[in-house]
Amino acid sequence: MVETATPEGAAAVRRPRRAKGLWLLLLVAVLLGLMFASITVGSRHVSWPDIVAALGGDTEGFGRAAVAKRIPRTLLAVLAGAALGLAGAVMQGVTRNPLADPGILGVNMGASLAVVTGIAYFGLSSSTGQIWVAITGAAVTAVAVYVVGSLGRGGPTPLKLALAGAATSAALASFITAVALPRGDIAESVRSWQIGGVGGGTFDAISQVLPFLAFGGLVCLLSARGLDLLALGDELAAGLGTRVAAARAGASLGAVVLCGASTAVTGPIAFVGLVVPHAFRMLIGGDHRWLLPFSALGGAALLTAADVLGRIVARPAEVDVGIVTALIGAPVFISIVRRHKVRAL
Amino acid sequence: MSGSAIDTTRPHAAPDADVVAAVARGRRGRGRRRLVVIALLSALILGGFAVTLMFGRTFYPPADVVGVILGRDVPGATFTVGRLRLPRAVLAVVAGLCFGMAGVTFQTMLRNPLASPDIIGISAGAGAAATFAIVVLSLEGVGVSAFAIVSGLAVALLVYVLAYRNGVAGGRLVLVGIGIAAMLQSVTDHILDRAAQWDLQEALRWLTGSLNGTTWGDVVPVVIALAVLAPVLLARGGDLDALRLGDDTAAALGVRVDRTRLLLIVAAVGLIAFATAAAGPIAFVAFLSGPIAARLVGPGGSLLLPSALVGALLVLVADFAGQYLLGTRFPVGVVTGVLGAPYLVYLIVRTHRAGGSL
Amino acid sequence: MTTEHSLLVEDLTLGYQDRVVVESLALEVPPGAVTVIVGANACGKSTLLKAMSRLLSPRGGHVLLDGERVHKMPSKEVARTLGLLPQSPIAPEGIAVSDLVGRGRHPHQGMFSRWTREDDEAVAAALVATGTLELADRPVDELSGGQRQRVWIAMALAQRTDLLLLDEPTTFLDVSHQVEVLDLLTDLNRSMGTTIVMVLHDLNLAARYADHLIALADGGLHAAGTPEQVLTPETVEAVFGLRSRIITDPVSGRPLMLPIGRHHDASAD
Repeated sequence: MVETATPEGAAAVRRPRRAKGLWLLLLVAVLLGLMFASITVGSRHVSWPDIVAALGGDTEGFGRAAVAKRIPRTLLAVLAGAALGLAGAVMQGVTRNPLADPGILGVNMGASLAVVTGIAYFGLSSSTGQIWVAITGAAVTAVAVYVVGSLGRGGPTPLKLALAGAATSAALASFITAVALPRGDIAESVRSWQIGGVGGGTFDAISQVLPFLAFGGLVCLLSARGLDLLALGDELAAGLGTRVAAARAGASLGAVVLCGASTAVTGPIAFVGLVVPHAFRMLIGGDHRWLLPFSALGGAALLTAADVLGRIVARPAEVDVGIVTALIGAPVFISIVRRHKVRAL
Repeated sequence: MSGSAIDTTRPHAAPDADVVAAVARGRRGRGRRRLVVIALLSALILGGFAVTLMFGRTFYPPADVVGVILGRDVPGATFTVGRLRLPRAVLAVVAGLCFGMAGVTFQTMLRNPLASPDIIGISAGAGAAATFAIVVLSLEGVGVSAFAIVSGLAVALLVYVLAYRNGVAGGRLVLVGIGIAAMLQSVTDHILDRAAQWDLQEALRWLTGSLNGTTWGDVVPVVIALAVLAPVLLARGGDLDALRLGDDTAAALGVRVDRTRLLLIVAAVGLIAFATAAAGPIAFVAFLSGPIAARLVGPGGSLLLPSALVGALLVLVADFAGQYLLGTRFPVGVVTGVLGAPYLVYLIVRTHRAGGSL
Repeated sequence: MTTEHSLLVEDLTLGYQDRVVVESLALEVPPGAVTVIVGANACGKSTLLKAMSRLLSPRGGHVLLDGERVHKMPSKEVARTLGLLPQSPIAPEGIAVSDLVGRGRHPHQGMFSRWTREDDEAVAAALVATGTLELADRPVDELSGGQRQRVWIAMALAQRTDLLLLDEPTTFLDVSHQVEVLDLLTDLNRSMGTTIVMVLHDLNLAARYADHLIALADGGLHAAGTPEQVLTPETVEAVFGLRSRIITDPVSGRPLMLPIGRHHDASAD
């Protein structure tokens, strides 16, 4: 008995869309609030008149100068967070794997090693050069981890991918140490490639990386429909007219560019790409046309919040944002692992 | 139908003597390879041990080395061989045995060659604890070791508890371990980042594993741990083999899966933690030894002893190579860590060809 | 050689976390017979089998093996009397057939004990009985699905238990291998008196091979008895929610279930 759709039925299907729109507005408001907090709150207390003056471009005095430095920092947190959230959602879609995250899969570590090697052996210093090298490193690592993780019975199961990523990260970390140890002169700059942070954000660095982020973001957002079909499994997606390999390659390219470019300015930051898509999948469901923009905004909000938190908890010192996200993200990761059935892992 | 002759009329009847003999011959043939490999590895370790005692900046002939070991006073050699090279070589062998045996225990128990203690958080736990002890608590020597050991066990326990839901499934244990490892790694990073007085180079060196400046005081606890815990693991070799068939099958064969797994974890973590406290988490030795041993021995037999021997040989050779063969002096952990990467690639190629699973 | 062991389930309640799967179940496994458990998906068949072989601790009630609570007995002692072949056992990579079959000797061996002649005999006998002797030195990975299943059964035989529990031993096998495996188990029962309990998916194969048929519904016992007593249109309706006709199987003389769907019903109109 095939029933024809009634007008009421169609309306019932459409209604949740309004709720999603409201959530999206709320998320934008939260992000704006966090950005405001990120500019006004820091390890140094700055008075309101100084903040207002600094926002007007006046950088006289310590307070105003501090606030002026917080503006690019905030912008970088927003951009990098959005890139990581979006890349995480895309990677989870492409691999049909709830645990995919640029940090867990070792992709960020690959970008780091590429840049460190470039600095140590090839005199790599220009920031555009670093971005290209980082993207290349991220791409090579992503492909390698995916190949290792998808071999054998059952294809790329979450367990195999996560293990392949962890093993690769450990191997890459050894390489970074091997490259850096004989070179005391670059030890300091190497350190910034081991811990992710946004404190060093400048307008110059942001403008260098912005075109890459824009390209990657666009590719990812355009892949939403393909990801919805891939979620049904390769055979079914092909049966519904998707060119599976092309859809997967396109979406992966976007995600890798986002990871590589953001890692090139912030260093490796893990778990943003894991936590954010998960949270929103619970809230709004698995439709990628909604999930991707939500993940981008949510990633921006999470990274900004983590950065603000890192500035407050250890006053007058700061905790790097990469450490804050790991401390927030790992418990979420574990709770996801606990919730899923073992067979599904 | 398959057409094979099935004699199902007498399933438990005693089969013909020649059939039993053929089955026994096949089993012994596969077992012999294992014994040959064990003998060969032991010989190589002895040889490597002798070489590391004789060679270095200065060469000492075998007679001098033997003299030192027998307690005679040989000018120059007594200090260089007796105080520097001998404890270092002994620690290389003993720590390698610990890492190799503990690593293969985890890999076999969790049925995954990637599930070694250096990947699922045990080494990260001991490492974070040691960093904390050195930088924040300003502890030294035994204090650091004790701290690392207690923390390694605590982390293992935490991973076990968090992974527990109607028994512990291997997959969940591994993933929880990866999550915990990520968290602890960030703690270590942060502590090192804050530590001005702590030389970054030195910290990096410890965290990749190094045998520099080994004294007998470092060696003795590891030897004791090995003497106590290795027999525990070897006694459980049969249960470990049964676990490879899946938890349900192992239980059907009379293995108390949860209890056995807990015992194996505690013993293996003990080995890892003692060795780590003395030598740092020498990267990838636990990860590499088991699969290499499996290649050498072939399928079937227990891997505990072969893997321990492979671990010892790896550390011994990697330390010697890192000191004298690579131009710059690298700590042993960097050499083994860099060895791990091509092995991963090899794992890809091999599994691809065999169509097996990781 | 066979002593007849009794296996009883009393007031058994089983579950996972907050979900109760089996509730207050009581049943008896007739010794020396082939018992088959059937039921709809997720009705607790496999869970029951796991509890009977002490892999799963009950929430309430108990399983009695020869009058003793199976969950209180030493595990190796249970494993010498009662064997279980789970639904998806794992073969270690590259392991040879006779080594895998040899793993069945585990409950008979001590911690450091050496391999004895009795172990070799048990392995050889199991290989002969399952027709896998010529595969003995081949790696398990290279075998076909039917051969592999026979090897697993050989492992369970090498365990030399008087009771053998099997969880869907015919899944993933084509129909000729299904019949082959069930024939093999029947041989084992007839010649050795081994008590066999298995979960089967296919009602008609269950009716053909069972001496004693148990139908579970909603975590409880719906019917138990000979296939003729149990396989009725009423049981099928209650257990599977399916209308059916039962005829006599012209091959075996056992009952045969024919499902009635919404289409192709000649007796309708």
